[in-house]
Amino acid sequence: MSPQLAIMLALVVPLVGAALIAITGRLHDNLRETVTLITATLLAVIVWSLVPLILDGERPEVTLLQVMPGIDIGFRVEPLGMLFATLASSLWIINSIYSIGYMRGNKEKNQTRFYICFALAITATMGLAFSANLFTLFLFYELLTLSTYPLVAHKGDAGTVKSARVYLGVLLSTSIALLLTAIIWTYHVAGSGDFVLGGILRGLMDPASVGLLLALFVFGVGKAAIMPVHRWLPAAMVAPTPVSALLHAVAVVKAGVFTITKVIVYIFGADYLFSLPQSGWLVYLAAFTIISASLVALRQTNLKRLLAYSTIAQLSYVIMAAAILKPMAEIGAAVHMVAHAFGKITLFFAAGAIYVAAKKTDIAQLRGIGRRMPWTMAAFSIGALSMIGVPPTAGFVSKWYILGGALQAGHYVAIFTIIASTVLNAAYFLPIVYMAWFEKEDTSINTNTSVIKEHGEAPLLMVLALTITAALTIGFFFFNGTVIELEKQIVPRLDSS
Amino acid sequence: MDFAQHLPALQVIVPLLAAPLIVLLQPRGFAWAATTATAFFSFAVSIAIAVRILAGDILRYEMGGWFAPIGIELRVDAFSAIVLLIISGAAAISLIAARNSINQQIEDHRQPLFFAAWLLAIAGLVGMVVTADAFNIFVFMEISSLAGYILIAGGPDRRTLPAVFKYLIIGTIGATFYLIGVGMIYMMTGTLNLEDMAQRVVGIEDQRPILVAAAFVFIGLALKAALFPLHVWLPNAYTHAPHMVTVFLAACGTKVAVYVLLRFQFSIFQSFGEHLLQFALFLMPLALLGIIVASLVAMFEGHLKRMLAFSSVAQIGYILMGASLMSDSGITASTLHMFNHALTKGALFLAVAKFATQYADLRIDSLKSAARSMPLTSFAFVIAGLSLIGVPGTAGFISKWQLIMAIMETGNMGFIMVAIVVISSLIAVGYIWRVIETLYAIPTDDLPDDAADVSVKPEKIDMLLIALIFTVAMNIYFGLVPGLPLTLAELSSKILLKVEF
Amino acid sequence: MKLFEFLGYYNYWVFAILLMIGFYAVIAKANLIKKLIGLSIFQSAVFLMYISMDKVEGGTAPIIKPGVVDQLYSNPLPQVLILTAIVVGVSTLALGLAIVVRIKERYGTIEENEILDAD
Repeated sequence: MSPQLAIMLALVVPLVGAALIAITGRLHDNLRETVTLITATLLAVIVWSLVPLILDGERPEVTLLQVMPGIDIGFRVEPLGMLFATLASSLWIINSIYSIGYMRGNKEKNQTRFYICFALAITATMGLAFSANLFTLFLFYELLTLSTYPLVAHKGDAGTVKSARVYLGVLLSTSIALLLTAIIWTYHVAGSGDFVLGGILRGLMDPASVGLLLALFVFGVGKAAIMPVHRWLPAAMVAPTPVSALLHAVAVVKAGVFTITKVIVYIFGADYLFSLPQSGWLVYLAAFTIISASLVALRQTNLKRLLAYSTIAQLSYVIMAAAILKPMAEIGAAVHMVAHAFGKITLFFAAGAIYVAAKKTDIAQLRGIGRRMPWTMAAFSIGALSMIGVPPTAGFVSKWYILGGALQAGHYVAIFTIIASTVLNAAYFLPIVYMAWFEKEDTSINTNTSVIKEHGEAPLLMVLALTITAALTIGFFFFNGTVIELEKQIVPRLDSS
Repeated sequence: MDFAQHLPALQVIVPLLAAPLIVLLQPRGFAWAATTATAFFSFAVSIAIAVRILAGDILRYEMGGWFAPIGIELRVDAFSAIVLLIISGAAAISLIAARNSINQQIEDHRQPLFFAAWLLAIAGLVGMVVTADAFNIFVFMEISSLAGYILIAGGPDRRTLPAVFKYLIIGTIGATFYLIGVGMIYMMTGTLNLEDMAQRVVGIEDQRPILVAAAFVFIGLALKAALFPLHVWLPNAYTHAPHMVTVFLAACGTKVAVYVLLRFQFSIFQSFGEHLLQFALFLMPLALLGIIVASLVAMFEGHLKRMLAFSSVAQIGYILMGASLMSDSGITASTLHMFNHALTKGALFLAVAKFATQYADLRIDSLKSAARSMPLTSFAFVIAGLSLIGVPGTAGFISKWQLIMAIMETGNMGFIMVAIVVISSLIAVGYIWRVIETLYAIPTDDLPDDAADVSVKPEKIDMLLIALIFTVAMNIYFGLVPGLPLTLAELSSKILLKVEF
Repeated sequence: MKLFEFLGYYNYWVFAILLMIGFYAVIAKANLIKKLIGLSIFQSAVFLMYISMDKVEGGTAPIIKPGVVDQLYSNPLPQVLILTAIVVGVSTLALGLAIVVRIKERYGTIEENEILDAD
């Protein structure tokens, strides 16, 4: 299989999958879910087949069509996109397994629509990850927003629709208002929007404009949820848990930080941006987001909302790492995308499993739940440790690199932020873990149900999925060489030395 | 003289001559079939013309063998070709889809007359575009307007009548203003041929009459084009017209006036003193205000058709704003947006017409949960709505891209304009999403019988739905492969700016 | 001299005054028929402008007669144009009146404010 074909297949397979799901959805549920799983597996195989090539330094390209002179829809696989695509396509399999358990266990309606939109969102993610220029990236960025909207609004009642409106409103309006402007500005100045290592804007704009353009990009990519455009993420908590996993771990927010990292590395050029004082504010903004989101998370009583604010903080880790603009930090940004994905998907899977098995959503209800759901809570604890950054979990690896980058740059604000947020993370995650394992089950909290619901573990498929992701979280601590190897290629200095 | 030379004449003559014949076709359905066939022939002719234009030709036709500037000349270049495509395409699609909707809204015995008026409207609109004679433009403008009044007056609601009356008064004033302007230019230059006029205007010493004439022409055409704040006739006329007439007029009605407006301002008055600068300085604030104000009104409008009508006023603002930049890329964007907006608004109004087959009341609130019974129509509305917002992958995005690119070329001042375009896009998100949410709302459970009743009646797959899906597909096609309209638009802007008349 | 020049254009003054009278009637009158009358005056004023512009001092009607050469004659073109424009004007008036009749049938009044109140 030629790499060009593989790229096209990576886009076509989930699209065809969506169509097949639509057809088989009318026939039988099992058939539909088999199609989902087969599509996901096929996609993962295709995407993985590209990895060795990229490791060897190849950069396969496909130009689909020319829209306007100088503006193409084209794809080009580079390490950052490769990592993102591999991550998303692999997690899609696990997420599908989990979805089947969750959707059935919870007896959700409109399941076919759910699986179709999920496949479409993955298509958009693949296009986004492989995009060769800003135009293509924007196309798939919007497609991702639109295809996830029905997922967020899945329940369809008034409250859900209202929250979904916030989701769509923030993402669509920031992208149209700011990101599109930034992209057209880039095309206007540079004559193209191609992703070129080292950037395409060097010397073409005055420094103040570069600062403004960077701001347009950072705030335009609402998916990265940097404050103050983070409101949509807690709002999207109304979605079913597999969707939350899609948003937080597989695709959506990752697409946000991926876009920002890609823009910094390939449009501005990290070196060039580092030479300009006008770009310094980004680290402070990210640091502010990390600290304040962690403080807000500290005060949450709803588990999923707590996880949402934790995500906001973790995303800004990636942005801060990218904005430190030092080689190690850029690698750290990419690695943290993966590490956070593993950790957060585990946490969400656990939250969903608790909801399906016990219908519990509040933190206070979780006392003693570890004894009823040992697998789930074990996975949850691993995820929580990864968020804090305790070895041997994935979170430690990325924090190591980010901290290293911050030290390279001598950026004390960044160093302080990392330390402070680690403390805060521990402060809001450890009590939950403690409560779940070491406290007695509290009967007085369950006011909505007069009798405590007798429950054991969640459905098998769900437990299976969250065990896999928890294993991945730990596994990544030991086997991260390939990822590091891959991402070293985005840093030109390290590449040559 | 090969056959292609006759194309411009055929474009006008065929619908013009077909109109009186249609009146004779009394049996049910015949009038519609003959009209549709004529419209498709017209469309074929304009495609043939576009092909010739893309090959680098300019088609000229001397009526009755009298050479210009004595005789009346028909003249088609790229700018005319793209507008011809818009008109005849809109006519063909709206007519082929019209059957059921028109049967619902127009009584049988009036249909032949109604369709004859429709053909006259087509003839008038294409006539305005192909002719190279200023007075001839007036005559065709009045043919199309009179026919247009008749078409709109076919609406079943009695509120149609005051709306048409208002349109008739304002339209006639606009045409008369245009006539005054042309008269003044004729006084100073002694010619009515546009090309000739453009050459003679340059040498005139006393510039004041020409400036006054330019103002008259501008105001007259701005009235016809519904440039803010001269748009007051448009929302009611669009709202109360028969649904298929709204499709047709919204796609091409005002654009032809914009066409003539740009022809005059650029081709004829371009090299005339400071005129172009004054024109731009006058036009730009109006266009910007129109974009913002009309979008805001659309945001708070409760009736679906009227909301889309106000959105049309805003879109006219986009088109004229591009022109007011006076640059190559600005006029390209503006011409391209004429094409793309015709596609988008055509699709949206087709969806409205389809909704109207099952919902008597077109207020947005009463379309609640329509997606249950009409999933395809609702989905088509979503895609067309995204094109109106300017989401990438749709035609609307291409023109928005071009427009913002053109604004950026103007330098720092442009940021205010970019901001306005962006803000109005956000408002468009607001008003389109309001409809989409209503369409896809979960029915409230307090009226279970009623809800079940609606969901039982499935969406009928008829020509209207097929035309709608086709138009929506075109929105996506031209959003990904905008080569054809883009090339024509680029050629148009070269023609307008360089006076290659 | 100035005054003479001023008055010398009296035909254009008539045009302008008629135009404004017509325009005023269209805007100010609530009665739809009166609006249409105003519209007709408005259009007729323009016809006058065209007709007066073609007049060549000392010229006669532009008719070709055998044996007559170098005869000064008025410009025939505007007359032809205005013939067409009159037809257009008449059609507009007819259509306008037809609409007014229909309005009377459906609303029972032709006063604009009463129509607005009725809806």
